[in-house]
Amino acid sequence: MEVSVTVNGEVRTADVEPRTLLAHFLRDDLGLTGTNIGCDTSSCGACTVLVNGRSAKSCTMLAVQADGAEVTTIEGLAGENGLHPMQEAFHECHALQCGYCTPGMVMAAVSLVDEYSDLDADGVREGLEGNLCRCTGYQNIVKAVMAASE
Amino acid sequence: MTVTDTPFAGGIVGEARLRKEDPALLTGEAKFIDDLDLPGALWVACVRSPHAHARIDGVDTSGALAVDGVVAAYSGEDLADTWVAPLPCAWPVTDDMKNPSHFPVAQGKANYAGDIVAVVVATSRYAAADGLEGVVVDYEPLDAVVSVEDAESDRVVIHEDLGTNVSYEWPLIPDPEGVDAAFEAATHHITETYVHQRLIPAPMEPRGVAVVPAPHNGDMTLYSSTQIPHVLKVMAALTLGVPEQKLRVIAPSVGGGFGCKLNVYAEEILCMALAQRHGVPVRWTESRTEAAGSTIQGRAQRQTIELAADADGKLTAVRATLLADMGAYLQLVAPGVPLLGAFLYHGLYDVPLYAFTCKSVFTNLTPTDAYRGAGRPEATYAIERGMDALAVAVGVGADEIRSRNFIPTEKFPYDSPAGLVFDSGNYQPALDRAKELIGWDARMAEQAERRAAGSTTHLGLGISTYVEMCGLAPSRVLASLNYGAGGWESATVRILPTCKVQVVTGATPHGQGHETCWSMIVADRLGVDPDDVEVLHSDTAISPLGMDTYGSRSLSVGGTAIWMATEKVVEKAATIAAHMLEANPEDLELMGGVFSVKGSPDAEVPLAGVAFAAFTAHDLPDGVEPNLQAQVTWDPPNFTFPFGAHIAVVEIDEVTGAVDLVDYAACDDCGNQINPMIVEGQIQGGIVQGVAQALWEEAVYDEDGQCRSANLADYLVPSAAECIDMKLDHTVTPSPTNPMGVKGIGEAGTIASTPAVMNAVVDALRPLGVTGMAMPASPMTVRRAIEAAGGGAS
Repeated sequence: MEVSVTVNGEVRTADVEPRTLLAHFLRDDLGLTGTNIGCDTSSCGACTVLVNGRSAKSCTMLAVQADGAEVTTIEGLAGENGLHPMQEAFHECHALQCGYCTPGMVMAAVSLVDEYSDLDADGVREGLEGNLCRCTGYQNIVKAVMAASE
Repeated sequence: MTVTDTPFAGGIVGEARLRKEDPALLTGEAKFIDDLDLPGALWVACVRSPHAHARIDGVDTSGALAVDGVVAAYSGEDLADTWVAPLPCAWPVTDDMKNPSHFPVAQGKANYAGDIVAVVVATSRYAAADGLEGVVVDYEPLDAVVSVEDAESDRVVIHEDLGTNVSYEWPLIPDPEGVDAAFEAATHHITETYVHQRLIPAPMEPRGVAVVPAPHNGDMTLYSSTQIPHVLKVMAALTLGVPEQKLRVIAPSVGGGFGCKLNVYAEEILCMALAQRHGVPVRWTESRTEAAGSTIQGRAQRQTIELAADADGKLTAVRATLLADMGAYLQLVAPGVPLLGAFLYHGLYDVPLYAFTCKSVFTNLTPTDAYRGAGRPEATYAIERGMDALAVAVGVGADEIRSRNFIPTEKFPYDSPAGLVFDSGNYQPALDRAKELIGWDARMAEQAERRAAGSTTHLGLGISTYVEMCGLAPSRVLASLNYGAGGWESATVRILPTCKVQVVTGATPHGQGHETCWSMIVADRLGVDPDDVEVLHSDTAISPLGMDTYGSRSLSVGGTAIWMATEKVVEKAATIAAHMLEANPEDLELMGGVFSVKGSPDAEVPLAGVAFAAFTAHDLPDGVEPNLQAQVTWDPPNFTFPFGAHIAVVEIDEVTGAVDLVDYAACDDCGNQINPMIVEGQIQGGIVQGVAQALWEEAVYDEDGQCRSANLADYLVPSAAECIDMKLDHTVTPSPTNPMGVKGIGEAGTIASTPAVMNAVVDALRPLGVTGMAMPASPMTVRRAIEAAGGGAS
């Protein structure tokens, strides 16, 4: 089936099997390998992207479901002036180690901060419950998201 | 004890410098194994036994070949002639250790649910998965052995040719009569039995393999999400018969390991064989659920610890007895994992007499091997839980029992009863500081108030102090333990003509921040910008010599090699600088990137000038070779012994059994720190991983050997919502065994936090008569313990 998705501001069209996951479409068809896959039960959040501005786990969507949508991946986050404030905050706060969960964690955090204007640390912890990190113990991730939300 | 001053003068080491690894990881630029673009690659999918123990009476792959995109399918018998040797176990801990043959694809019998019985090769990952459905395997299920006790009984012998399920017994009892006498004479004799449940390491990146062959000239490149490209190269060459000089192994960005990528796996050897056979690139990426049967698991042992103590609670002897679960086969270093703890069951306490015995058995479960801490969390857990039991028996506090038994500072270097020499230590200040951070006295008062008021929300405080042996390892010690390799590390430091620097290391990072730290060490000494130092690693063509990353060895062994190579380069540069300045090399000092003659500040030449002179070679002193480069291989003289004190505070709802971690403090000592930000990050992540063992994680197997928690929906890797901010501080007691005075920090948090939390859980429930608790302390386990002890509220 043909799908047409606006990815990081650019219209991308491809012929895919109907069963193709959005995550695989982004990675295998478009070469956007920044979106990582960490599980097969929609538990880990490594594959989180923005679909029409809201975070979504790209392993829980078919590519055909994203037809006509606007998708932002980690590759589309940094602008001409460098890293996005959330990426910058993760760097400044040492909120990543191996970095595998990081693209999904950053995208989820961008969406969270966009959605809630008065986040406190507990709100960040609850809001990121669907994104797992095995390295950091989350303390610095929470610090980074709080810093970026201010 | 000799405490060396910091050897760093450049003002860079010791800074909380942000990581140079981050930009690539934050933007999707970093390439993990599944990100590699390999045109024309075939995808591999594995048919895994659904039975824990079954005869394989036939494998029919014809159905797979009918699936669109499937190129080939093979049974174990189809590939039997491919292997030169079985998958390697590099640690035959005893001469009579029993080690079953283990091939990438099983033949005749499957020995755990996950054992590969056939393999499908296809043009896409989806087609390979489709092909799995087409393979028909005729199984005859057999009784499965799922507990260590059942295994030990030999009710069912898994590997018939071995005649028993016992792989080995390994004793360390320097003075058996002395230990017996100490227990006879003891006022207090504590006997406790604990179970370390199986854990799934679960790095966020699953494993993956890709092999690119060059059929005509025989080269082969193996990409793997591994912690050990160097060890893997040697082992893969031996297992498959590929000439080692033709084999290049690359670990691309690796998304965490925690020990489970310290192995030589079936899929690595299998993909090499299939790439050879098909003459095109071949790749495999593990799915998360598949990992429960394809990647090693951790811990999995039953331990009994006995403490002999006098009336004051002063320890006179410690005896530990383990029954360890190896799983269905012996993976790379699995037999040695209990040995890494074998020397530490007396913890950081001054004990004259010691006995340790481990028996390891096979079960029909996923093979086990090293998982963050590997042996040392198990040892620390036993002694630290035991010390709390002793404190209760003696009638003193958990803090006091420890203070009475700490190895006194003046005894370092300390000859341990197990035969080690602890390099340096100063334990009481770490405990004092942890108590201060947690507000010990106030928390104790709060606990007393709640108890007096009859609250059903119980507060518990748990201490765990620890010492670990890190910096694996002195090669001669490894030889005495029958390990199949050395413990050295290699480094090359190269100053380029433009005074930029390359550091080549045999340590292989997977999230630790090596590039940042190693560049800081070299920049500090040379007086250059850390951004001008590039660290090269994880590719055996660039870094041909190495022993890789595990056992908190990278800094104290690999970093020391870098330090020494830097010194060697500086020495050579000084020779050239002296020639340029017409001075004696001994009179020169290098500060801030400039060589100057001591006492004559005007006579100076910048390192950049020396680097260029070394490159042009127009006017070098006689006998001095062009270029500035030095290679060093460092074999450490001893382990290092980091230590610390952790305190957990939990709240337990007596009615529901729910345990909340409400506060946590730690004071750790890893000697001199290169980058305190990275040290703190390692501790934070490590603590959470250990807390997870105490409260949430378990690879649950049913009586048929099926893993009931194979995916991340059922296996409870904690999220941010379950975790809390931790209060951390440190003391600094440099190691005298290496020039930087460093010790290692990668495993400390995990080692210390599990017993701290479990001691807190038991402490909370002690008024209800609870004296023990199994891990993980889930609400159901806690409720059952309360009921078994006589009730509580309901």
